[in-house]
Amino acid sequence: MVSVDGNPQGLEHSAKTARSAVISASSVDLTFQTNDGPVHALKDVSLDIEKGDFVSFIGPSGCGKTTFLRCIAGLETPTGGALSVNGMTPDEARRARAYGYVFQAAGLYPWRTIGGNVKLPLEIMGYSKAEQEARVRRVLELVDLAGFARKYPWQLSGGMQQRASIARALAFDADILLMDEPFGALDEIVRDHLNEQLLQLWARTEKTIGFVTHSIPEAVYLSTKIVVMSPRPGRIADVIESTLPRERPLDIRDSPEFIAIAHRVRDGLRAGHADD
Amino acid sequence: MRSVLPVLTIVAFILGFWTLAVVPMNIHLAADQAARGDMVVEPDDARARQEVGAFALALGNPAVIPMTYTLDRPRLPGPQQVVVELWNTVFAVAPTSNRSLIYHGWVTLSATLLGFGMGTALGIALAVGIVFSRTMDLSVMPWAIASQTIPILALAPMIIVVMGALGIQGLLPKAIISAYLSFFPVVVGMVKGLRSPDAMQLDLLRTYSAGPAQGFWKLRLPASVPYLFASLKIGISASLVGAIVGELPTGARAGFGARMLVGDQYGQPLVTWAALFAAAITAAALVGLFAALERVTLKRMGMAA
Repeated sequence: MVSVDGNPQGLEHSAKTARSAVISASSVDLTFQTNDGPVHALKDVSLDIEKGDFVSFIGPSGCGKTTFLRCIAGLETPTGGALSVNGMTPDEARRARAYGYVFQAAGLYPWRTIGGNVKLPLEIMGYSKAEQEARVRRVLELVDLAGFARKYPWQLSGGMQQRASIARALAFDADILLMDEPFGALDEIVRDHLNEQLLQLWARTEKTIGFVTHSIPEAVYLSTKIVVMSPRPGRIADVIESTLPRERPLDIRDSPEFIAIAHRVRDGLRAGHADD
Repeated sequence: MRSVLPVLTIVAFILGFWTLAVVPMNIHLAADQAARGDMVVEPDDARARQEVGAFALALGNPAVIPMTYTLDRPRLPGPQQVVVELWNTVFAVAPTSNRSLIYHGWVTLSATLLGFGMGTALGIALAVGIVFSRTMDLSVMPWAIASQTIPILALAPMIIVVMGALGIQGLLPKAIISAYLSFFPVVVGMVKGLRSPDAMQLDLLRTYSAGPAQGFWKLRLPASVPYLFASLKIGISASLVGAIVGELPTGARAGFGARMLVGDQYGQPLVTWAALFAAAITAAALVGLFAALERVTLKRMGMAA
């Protein structure tokens, strides 16, 4: 575990890690067999994510960041190494509905209202009608869409749709939230706003979040831990424990600390590219 | 509503062409009739007139031209004759009379609707099987395609005769022919529709650990609705054609098909043409009905194009 030098908060944090890793990967390998021969999507990936962590995965396309998130979710199966989620295999964790997953596109059903879309996982998981209503109300409030339950997706902006898809992932009791470039398709201004909201949401819900991005400022602003990955084969180039406080106003991005971390992320990305 | 003008333009063009075509098509018959009357026709001899081309005959006898539109048994009836015949057989006779096109229309329509219902149900059932079972995907689809390569005109009499031998007559054999034609577009459309959700949508359901039945009812079926409507519009018109074809080979006493046959066999082209137009109008109304249903449904589902 690497941490920014001389930071007592970071040390304390990593001491806790060993005891309460929610997601634990050791030497995870994933090789896809394609017509052009094997592709090493992931090679020797080892990582511990503790409860309450906000972990960002950053790297160029093809570095395996999304693939690793999908492995955690049990949507891909590693071909080697060990991966555990809540002490179970990823597939068991998926069946136990241990995490909510937010995709790049909001993927709301056009034939359902916003409330109906948030209700989808609750219906599938067999919550009672009253419980469904209560939860929909609560999570829509959480993502600031309280008045929109009866609207249809096409009546909402892209940013609002993505917030609704986050609400959908929060609606059931999963401690882990996995997000695959959720704001990638949105413009910078909307993205800043949603990043700020996401931090508030994380503080209120105490979820463990895995977040894939290719934006350095986004990764540094959001994360307690930044995992820098590099391609061919997909692997971890650096793991950076953030020294920023948990409470983060948007202007923290102008602080020297923020710039120092961003600089280290950029160095890690460059190192990964050097052997292209 | 923007489509009204282009449609009217095409209709006007067809009517114009039709009206002009009546003259050369009927001029020989009209000239014969005129010669039997008191008119002087050039050439005078009936045999000689057969040697003269239609246009030359019309130019030589302009007085005969109006008569080409009023023949009792024209080769090509004028549009106004068809309209009058339609009016007389739809509105001017009791709907229970066997001269009424309402009566014959209902006979054909009932077989059409029954067959369409059967075909749609069969098509959806097969599509669900094809999407959920690889074995059915590999085994059923080639047969469904092959079934449509057999000319229905060859198959229809066989179905009627075989079912007649089993003592089943009337509505059901015709409905089966309708179903045979209408299940295919439904199978093709529904298979495409049920498979239309993308990988991300299916992954989302996997993260919820949803079962195949939940995936079907909550995602695949609603996602297939636009495809289903496209298929239903093709299926309903195919059903009507099937029912009419089912009436042709057996000398059916009632239905659009029977009227067309009667008109043909007894030399009453107006009867045939009126039945033909009534069938076309019925088909257009049915397709229009489903198009309206489609618009309303997709709008309510937030999927309007």
